[in-house]
Amino acid sequence: MTDALSRMLATRDWLMADGATGTNLFNMGLSSGEAPELWNVDQPDKIRALYRGAIDAGSDIFLTNSFGGNASRLKLHDAQGRVRELNRVAAELGRELADAAGRDLVVAGSIGPTGEIMEPMGVLSYAAAVEIFHEQAEGLKEGGADVLWVETISAPDEFKAAAEAASLAGMPWVGTMSFDTAGRTMMGVTATSLVELVEKLPHKPLAFGANCGVGASDLLRTVLGFAAAGTERPIIAKGNAGIPKYVDGHIHYDGTPELMADYAVLARDCGATIIGGCCGTTPEHLVAMRAALETRPRGARPSLDEIAERLGGFSSASDGTGEGDTPPDRPRRRRRG
Amino acid sequence: MAEEDDDLILSDLPDDELVPQMHDDLYDGLKEEVVEGVEILLSRGWTPYRVLTEALVAGMTVVGNDFRDGILFVPEVLLAANAMKSGMGLLKPLLVETGAPRMGKMVIGTVKGDIHDIGKNLVAMMMEGAGFEVVDLGINTAVEAYLAALETEQPDILGMSALLTTTMPYMKIVIDTLTEKGLRDDYIVLVGGAPLNEEFGRAIGADAYCRDAAVAVETAKDFVARKHNQVAAG
Repeated sequence: MTDALSRMLATRDWLMADGATGTNLFNMGLSSGEAPELWNVDQPDKIRALYRGAIDAGSDIFLTNSFGGNASRLKLHDAQGRVRELNRVAAELGRELADAAGRDLVVAGSIGPTGEIMEPMGVLSYAAAVEIFHEQAEGLKEGGADVLWVETISAPDEFKAAAEAASLAGMPWVGTMSFDTAGRTMMGVTATSLVELVEKLPHKPLAFGANCGVGASDLLRTVLGFAAAGTERPIIAKGNAGIPKYVDGHIHYDGTPELMADYAVLARDCGATIIGGCCGTTPEHLVAMRAALETRPRGARPSLDEIAERLGGFSSASDGTGEGDTPPDRPRRRRRG
Repeated sequence: MAEEDDDLILSDLPDDELVPQMHDDLYDGLKEEVVEGVEILLSRGWTPYRVLTEALVAGMTVVGNDFRDGILFVPEVLLAANAMKSGMGLLKPLLVETGAPRMGKMVIGTVKGDIHDIGKNLVAMMMEGAGFEVVDLGINTAVEAYLAALETEQPDILGMSALLTTTMPYMKIVIDTLTEKGLRDDYIVLVGGAPLNEEFGRAIGADAYCRDAAVAVETAKDFVARKHNQVAAG
């Protein structure tokens, strides 16, 4: 147990992660279409300000600005040759601030999806996915990341490929999926099947969970699903600050700091150990979340009704795992041999 | 003997059994079987248009419905769409040759600033699966690129996708530009993407927000039918 996240998990019964990266960078003037990762080198002060926002708001863990820093995504900006550099610098900037903070902080090297559909449905092979993630992992490791933070994944094979890449890089890792389609990931993964997938991996993550998706309520329903599957592994909850709304030409997430404070405490009651925000979560939200986690007592595991009452309704009637979901009988003809 | 019974010979099936079998094979994403089915129906004198609508499109409708209802997920739908595409590959030149009526044409792209494309690709595949002709402009599509494609392709439908809250507003820029140029009413504008909702679609002046690829197909069919009716009435 030599890594910073394991040490922290051993001594604390909850940890706060950070909020949004994209939302906060756009607030600092990133224009859409630009690869945020290029700012690591071109605008390092803004990336420092991004990290500092999370640190000053009381996060124990913050993610590096490297979500789209894999060759597959950077290719769209003709920066596929800069994977190692952009990831290394993303982590270096974080390392610098973490070491100077005067308290324990985990620099988590963010790894987002490749954006490609994997074989046999799409064209990305498993081996190629491992290679893509491995290249990024080495850059993050080189820059001093404590742990790799694989997030917003929807396909089981992509999750496995990232795990293998972490293993090749000799790095501890955590992994979260985005459950945005009626309680499942886009590729049909349920909360229960992610728990099963995680425990079957040869290089198991230190923690696993859900991020992004559709609002705070749905995310907590997924966390309840993890807990119900009986996992002993720490659960991560990183939900969006509500749902995006279009107001006067701008998009803004309707989740207030008060709502996210409620969400944080409920996430802990649902069984999450690592709690943070995702899209729309600003430092202001994080301050409110931290205060709530520190001052409010733990409660019983909330029911779905309580979650809906306090955070708003769910986007779909079920979480995709229930028995009522068995497909209706479709009259089938004989299969060919 | 039982095993032999399971091994269906497609060419032995009469039309009224072959077509449902093709629907099943599409549903199961069996590419070669679907292509074989298309070949058999053509060899029995079916018009390409009839093969398209009754065997392929009807089969994909079942896939689309089960996707909409949460019974199928993206992986299965992609396999079915791939199988459909193989069948379409055979039919496409024949459809043109025979001057078959068109389902409609769509120009689609992820908006400028946004580099997400899985959802958009899925819509494109499902639209093709429903028999639409699709021109995919890819990711990071600027308003000029949309306008150029609308002019050269003359589609019925413009589809825009965004996965970022920061890029969603670009859809309004495209729609406003169309309005300025007096082109807005020439096209059915459909929008989609994870952070969008109906309210947003209305606010920016799109014809409809489509929650997923299956809804996009249904909405597209509906609007194209209405458009044709209007033309007929006008």
